[in-house]
Amino acid sequence: MIRLPGLMGVLSGTVDAPDIDDTTSFWRWDFAWEVLPEMLRSFFQVTLVVTVVGTLIAAVLGLIIAILIRVLPKPLAWLVTWSANFIRMTPIVVQLLVVFYGFVWMEPMAIALLVYGVHYSTYMSEVYRAGIDAVPTGQWEATTALSLSAVRTWQRVIIPQALRSTVPSLGNYAISMFKDTPFLIAISVMEMVTTALEIGGFTYRYIETITIAGVIFLVASYGTAVLVNRLERRLAYAY
Amino acid sequence: MNYLDALVMHGPRLWDGLLLTLQLTVVSGLLAFVVAVVLGLMAGSTKLLVRLPARIIIEFFRGTSLLVQLMWLFYVLPLFGPSLGAMLVAIFALTLNYGAYGAEAVRASLTSVPQGQWEATAALSMSWPHKMRRIIFPQAWALMLPSLTNLWVHLLKGSSIVYIIGMSEFTFELLQLRRTTDWLFALAIVGLVVYFIIALVLTQLMRLFEARSKYKLGRGPSLKEILSPVLTNKISPADEPAAVAPGGAR
Amino acid sequence: MPTPTDAKPAMPVIEFRDVEKQFDTKTVLKELNFTIERGERVTLIGPSGSGKTTILRLVMTLEGLTDGYIYIDGAPLVYEQRDGKRVPVSKRQQKLLTTRIGMVFQQFNLFPNMTVLENIIEAPIHVLGINKRDAIDRAHQLLEKVGLPDKTDAHPTALSGGQQQRVAIARALAMDPEILLLDEVTSALDPEVVVDVLQVLRDVAATTDVTMLIVTHEMSFARDVSHRVMMLDGGKIIESADPETIFTNPAKERTKKFLAAVLRDA
Repeated sequence: MIRLPGLMGVLSGTVDAPDIDDTTSFWRWDFAWEVLPEMLRSFFQVTLVVTVVGTLIAAVLGLIIAILIRVLPKPLAWLVTWSANFIRMTPIVVQLLVVFYGFVWMEPMAIALLVYGVHYSTYMSEVYRAGIDAVPTGQWEATTALSLSAVRTWQRVIIPQALRSTVPSLGNYAISMFKDTPFLIAISVMEMVTTALEIGGFTYRYIETITIAGVIFLVASYGTAVLVNRLERRLAYAY
Repeated sequence: MNYLDALVMHGPRLWDGLLLTLQLTVVSGLLAFVVAVVLGLMAGSTKLLVRLPARIIIEFFRGTSLLVQLMWLFYVLPLFGPSLGAMLVAIFALTLNYGAYGAEAVRASLTSVPQGQWEATAALSMSWPHKMRRIIFPQAWALMLPSLTNLWVHLLKGSSIVYIIGMSEFTFELLQLRRTTDWLFALAIVGLVVYFIIALVLTQLMRLFEARSKYKLGRGPSLKEILSPVLTNKISPADEPAAVAPGGAR
Repeated sequence: MPTPTDAKPAMPVIEFRDVEKQFDTKTVLKELNFTIERGERVTLIGPSGSGKTTILRLVMTLEGLTDGYIYIDGAPLVYEQRDGKRVPVSKRQQKLLTTRIGMVFQQFNLFPNMTVLENIIEAPIHVLGINKRDAIDRAHQLLEKVGLPDKTDAHPTALSGGQQQRVAIARALAMDPEILLLDEVTSALDPEVVVDVLQVLRDVAATTDVTMLIVTHEMSFARDVSHRVMMLDGGKIIESADPETIFTNPAKERTKKFLAAVLRDA
């Protein structure tokens, strides 16, 4: 092993040594209060960063994949399609492990961004593909009639129309990615749930940390889902 | 140590891990389907008292992450409830998490069954269980299958994290290779290929189910036609012109 | 001129009393009162949005009732008056009544997961409790009657629209309804098959004494089979008379204008 799971230096300072009597009590508000800053820190520094940056990478890469499949000659397009299928149909946990042990010089956080970005780009490319397919044939014919270049056609006509209907689905995949971030425990990146277990390892208390993690997930993903829903309705009206 | 030697040496253990992964996928998959149908039917109810509990359960298990649910069942539940053991924890978490997603798919496909079909069952005075079992569900079934297939593949992929609570499934055994070989990179790729093949088999199998259910609704070819390439040229039933007018009218 | 079968029936088979129906805030039917006698065939005509289809859907309990009462054979269908209050009737009673009502839809609504025969025998067996052999015999007779004896094992999707609608008529008749509701049954059909479907219905009208409530744009059909025609406009019945009077000498100017417009198109 080259890298050991990094213990958070702050832990020893912020969390008291376990009190034997108290390990049996059910829920301790003082403990919950004590670990909350640490949980939120991991949420903002890791979970949120991976979700936001991962989504951006996936959104851009997904579009590139979708366009490549449309413009490349058949054998190459087939290769891209099945590579994407391969990545989409295999576990992100194993993909994380492959990169972690295969590219040992990479920072775990960089691995996280890369793997989440690439994995979800294969989902998002499907969304874009559907969006591109939904652009009426008449639009393509019109660009031919106007002798627009291929680049111009994609840039000014097809992509703007294809993108619009894809926004809600992309939002939903961002939420899925968010809920998949705890899988980062496989490469010991200290996201929220890993942090919860780490604290549990020191204090023998799991109920507060894991419950807090669950509540944060529930609130954040439900809140985002409501936002996406509203966006979807607004886009529907905009037509 | 040679890459192939390592594989051969670990072969039996990898095989055991693979069997456990398949077991988790099939058992949790079937249980998740049951959960999805029950919650989906409840969530589609017009009665608030039936709908509300289903909605809460669905949103809860969809909203909190799979790993949180695993950990909660593993570490927290024993504090006041039963200690389930890793196997049951894994099955429960996978079942409830993907069952909740499945419930949304079931509910959505029930509402996608055309209004006219619901009205026809009302016009024939069919009871709720009768119309669900015989008319509505068989039609919704064809609509929900693609989503359920996707979720099953998700469940297979999600099962790769349960080694965290000490289950020696396929990913766990892959990780054990680290001790005897530096070829984990290559072996992890072997691991990915195995997962990919399982996922492909699952999706192709489900596609047959989908074709069958569509054929039963009078759309698309029968299974026989799909499975025997010789017969594939046969055209699906098309609209026929109106037959002779009854009673020899005009 | 056809007349209702029994000269003096004791009780109207359908009665609307002060019926009001709103969708959201839009009032579709208002203070609607009418009765239909046993064996009577009544056609509802009027411009679209006048509430014709809503009346059929209320009788079939496909729509909720905003206010008022509907009686089937004197028994309350949706609400009843008890101690001066308007209370919903029991589900059981409602089901007992709706079992005696059949409906044919504009879009046929055959069950695509069943063959023609299965479509017809499903409800008789499982709702009425008729034994399977009798149900199948009856289904064959009905398919003969609608001119599709050889389509027993066909899939609805393999049939043309006109054939599907004739199966739907057979399916409704298999329940032996006392009241048959026909909701624009030819509107979704190609013109050349409309005559086949109408011929089946004329045949049903001539050979049974089932009460029919019909919404249609086929004026000649309405004229031939109805005992009575009701003209609706803005959710109210503005005129009700025998077809001869309505079509040749309507009392209301509105009816005259409506018929002139419809018959010019035809």
